[in-house]
Amino acid sequence: MENIDIVAALSRWIHFMAGVMWLGLLYYFNFVQVAALKNATADGTAAGIAKHVVPRALLFFRWAAVVTWLAGAALLGPLFVDAFLLRNGMGPIGIGAWLGTIMLINVWLVIWPNQKKILGMTPASDDEKSKARRVAFLTSRANTMLSIPMLFFMAGGWSHRALFGL
Amino acid sequence: MKNPLDSLWGTVISGVVLTAVLVVFARNFLG
Repeated sequence: MENIDIVAALSRWIHFMAGVMWLGLLYYFNFVQVAALKNATADGTAAGIAKHVVPRALLFFRWAAVVTWLAGAALLGPLFVDAFLLRNGMGPIGIGAWLGTIMLINVWLVIWPNQKKILGMTPASDDEKSKARRVAFLTSRANTMLSIPMLFFMAGGWSHRALFGL
Repeated sequence: MKNPLDSLWGTVISGVVLTAVLVVFARNFLG
């Protein structure tokens, strides 16, 4: 077996596992935690979730995003540039790669810095925390929205070619 | 106008619409 085949096989495996963790936690935040924390705040039981669950979920969330992207880049290998320039038949996977990259940037440059304010890991006034909560929420929702086309193009195979002409 | 990302259904529908737009783009403008 060629070395490049081993790298591609391992990269694909790691890309899938880390991607499941990243998007699984993203969907947990959006479909479960937001509504649960709202209800828990109303009946005074939010403190435990905020202290024990949220930081741990965010830790795996943001690092899974990095591992997913790196393994995806390794999987593209010499086709990395073609994918990001949407050329030489790499257009569809390239759209997926661009969407995933935008999502990674959102995680590290928007969601995480704002979550640190919300969780009290960086100093912030109540007003700043309130603003951070809204920005983190909307960016997380934007990533959930972007994950829908991202997964469509990432998982594009023969079925897509036949059905959608991609 | 209400932000569609405030609701889960709005988020999912926006994602599906964006997918359709990108499929049209990919079919017509990518080699």
